[in-house]
Amino acid sequence: MKLRAALMGAVAVLGIAPAAFAERGTDGEVKLTFPQAVSIMNPYLSGGTKDIYASSMVLEPLAGLDPNGVLIPKLVTEIPTLENGGISEDRTSITWKLLPDLKWSDGTPVTADDAVFTWQYCTHPEGGCSQATKYEGVASVEAVDPQTIKVTFNGPKANPYTAFVSALSPILQKKQFEACLGAAAPTCTDANNMPIGTGPFKVTGFTVNDTVTLAANENYRDPAKPAFATAVIKGGGDAEGSARAVMETGEFDYAWNTQIPPDTQASMLAAGKGQFVVAFGTLVERLETNTTDPDPALPEGERSTAKHPHPILSDIRVRTALSKAIDRSILVEVGYGAGGKPTCNVIPGPEGWASDNDGCIAQDMEGAKALLDEAGWKDSDGDGVRDKDGKKLKLLYQTTVNPIRQDFQALIKDWWTELGVEVELKAIDPGVFFGGDPGSPDTFQKFYADIEMYANNSESPDPESYLGQYQCKNAPTPETQWQGENINRFCNPEYDALYATMATTTDLAARQEIAKKLNDMVTKDSMIVIPLVHRGTLSAHSNTLGGVQINAWDSEMWNVADWFRVK
Amino acid sequence: MLTFTLRRLLLAIPTLLVISLVIFLLVDLAPGSPMAEIPLTVPPDVRQKMIEALGADQPVFVRYFLWLRQFFWVEPASLIDGWFGTTLAEGEQRILSWQSRSPVFTIIGQRLPQTLTVIGTAYLVGILIAVPIGIYSAYRQYSWFDQAGTLFAMIGFSVPTFFSGTLLIIVFAVWLGWFPTKYDTQLVVNDWASFVKQIKQMAMPVMTLGLANAAAISRYMRSSMLDNMGMDYVRTARAKGMSERTVVLKHVLRNSLIPVVTVIALGIPAIFGGAIITENLFGVNGIGAALIGAIHANDLPMVQTLAFIFAVLIVLFNLIADILYGLLDPRIRYD
Repeated sequence: MKLRAALMGAVAVLGIAPAAFAERGTDGEVKLTFPQAVSIMNPYLSGGTKDIYASSMVLEPLAGLDPNGVLIPKLVTEIPTLENGGISEDRTSITWKLLPDLKWSDGTPVTADDAVFTWQYCTHPEGGCSQATKYEGVASVEAVDPQTIKVTFNGPKANPYTAFVSALSPILQKKQFEACLGAAAPTCTDANNMPIGTGPFKVTGFTVNDTVTLAANENYRDPAKPAFATAVIKGGGDAEGSARAVMETGEFDYAWNTQIPPDTQASMLAAGKGQFVVAFGTLVERLETNTTDPDPALPEGERSTAKHPHPILSDIRVRTALSKAIDRSILVEVGYGAGGKPTCNVIPGPEGWASDNDGCIAQDMEGAKALLDEAGWKDSDGDGVRDKDGKKLKLLYQTTVNPIRQDFQALIKDWWTELGVEVELKAIDPGVFFGGDPGSPDTFQKFYADIEMYANNSESPDPESYLGQYQCKNAPTPETQWQGENINRFCNPEYDALYATMATTTDLAARQEIAKKLNDMVTKDSMIVIPLVHRGTLSAHSNTLGGVQINAWDSEMWNVADWFRVK
Repeated sequence: MLTFTLRRLLLAIPTLLVISLVIFLLVDLAPGSPMAEIPLTVPPDVRQKMIEALGADQPVFVRYFLWLRQFFWVEPASLIDGWFGTTLAEGEQRILSWQSRSPVFTIIGQRLPQTLTVIGTAYLVGILIAVPIGIYSAYRQYSWFDQAGTLFAMIGFSVPTFFSGTLLIIVFAVWLGWFPTKYDTQLVVNDWASFVKQIKQMAMPVMTLGLANAAAISRYMRSSMLDNMGMDYVRTARAKGMSERTVVLKHVLRNSLIPVVTVIALGIPAIFGGAIITENLFGVNGIGAALIGAIHANDLPMVQTLAFIFAVLIVLFNLIADILYGLLDPRIRYD
């Protein structure tokens, strides 16, 4: 009897312990720091990652992505699929079912009308919505009943999980944003800075480009979460300062985007207060080769256009030699440490989508020299620079002002000089380089150089839209005001044809096969793109913060409701 | 004096208008785009729509005159609305930042307090350190104290704040753990504990900036004192049998302060301008951090408004310095 009572007691204690552990608001305050401060809490008006991540603690989409890139339901009962009937047989519509009794943080019910409104908000022609691509191909969004949202597409859609999926496309409250449609969108300062959401936290204070204060949302759907009563996001400073505040002084619990040199990472780790976490998405630091001639002697309007093929880089042997001369492992070691991996792909992940292309990893200086000899580039006058038909093998290599990129430039210049290539380096202010101003000669789209280096990524695990940028028609030209994503002016009808089949292929395995082929066509088959490093996003969290699961496919704060204080 | 002041004030109007146009054109013609910080995953057509929604595609003069109207009419009107509950500016478009879509003056209002407390205190601390150093250095010229003061000034001048600030962080925050590295702008000082917290978080930025300020002012103070030390009236004072204390602190110091006060007054606009590097380093997020953030993001309305306010302050404090000079030194009369 006594034993039985004791056992019952033990069971009771065990039963209570987790419950007491998981209670809303018992763990005090969680403090986050972002090197770039939060400007606005409405991701539809920003597009900046800092703003999207901060707002994801408040605003939620119907479904999110977990660290493996797998869809997880957030505000809905389940992920609609062909099997459960959520996606129509002809793949022209998808139907989402909202969770029952879902409430906004102000206590009012979440209904399908809010989703319909969100679609209208982002697709309004005068709104300037930065996530408009999420709603591309959407013909209509209807509220079948208050719980059911039906998204109809213009045609069969291979990947229907775009609208209302991930932190880029959350649901806004219709009541709050009703007066903010179209041109009025930017004027709704209060709504944009303090949106009402369904997430684990609600905004209690917002100072532009400085601090966001949040408190647990008492109407959050899981009564036991979040464990923290309040949260603070302090912005500003630099990556090193943010990392230091977590790793060395312990003032903050989480620092987003702590991209610092590997040796500094190591010395901060030694302080023993926190750890770095890294998530690998699809971000690839790469060299883009210019297939057109950027010669300043050409008339303006013809420079760097398809009218004049590049005199040196049009030869695949030269491009391959340039790639072979690079030791990517050293680049990773110098620039990124644990935050990077050598890669030969533009689609380095997720698994299943990445091609098994690793032929470029090992440096092959002799092979590179042999290739250039074969291509007719020989050092005939003995000055250390190869030449052919009286023309020197000289390249202009540009990138943005950034310490890691300048290290990369110096290293690559050394290797190429050894190869017999004369390299001129140029570093451009990132605001100008990425600014896209058609009047500036220094934008990455205009590409008035032979080689340029930057990083790009696919925003979703399915890389269809990302691969679309290498289509012939997307080349920046003076006619398109130098807008366009096909920076290399790569033009291969085979690529375009294969890409066209991707849009109509719905079978996952077949899509992955196409993606791999397309990846190979721009990398190892043509060496138009010379990938260097698969970059992860590096963040830091304190040892006293539990539950962090860094995520490259959605907001890093995707599971902030599950974070807790390690006691 | 009054006519002089009035004439100067009237002259300031065309000066400021020209300055505002020059700033606007400079910022507008600078390369870069407000979309530079948007990830590459946002396609060009969406970027174009965003630029149109900001009004950034309008011709430059349309935008300039719109800004003038907003700055000189809408913003004062909405300020009056805020005070008296009137509706002068109802339905009018205030100056909105392109980066955050918030009214620029709201942002300035949020940031001015911490800039004035931190940078203002640093300036005050700088003056309090510099004036005694300057006086004693001049009085005992070429003594070891003077040499040490010169060394101090050299260090203050030549060590950039990003270095001295980082050094302070490593010593006082990482090793000793006395002070926080990030300034909490939300801290409300309402009791002793929060006051101590405020002092702690101000300590490092104030030290960093105070050193730089003190270096400059102590040199002015010293040279001005030296100029006066050899004057005839000082010899007269000594000959009258006055104590050294009276000679130095009453006769010499008062006369030496005249140019120093002007220098100090001319430095005041810089307090409002904030300190870009120090603010960023310690997360003070005042006006300086706002300005550099806006420049990076090509946020034209924000840069333009801030730069213009600085211009107004500089013109104003130049005038104040001139008037002060006249008041302090009766030999100077402007009429």
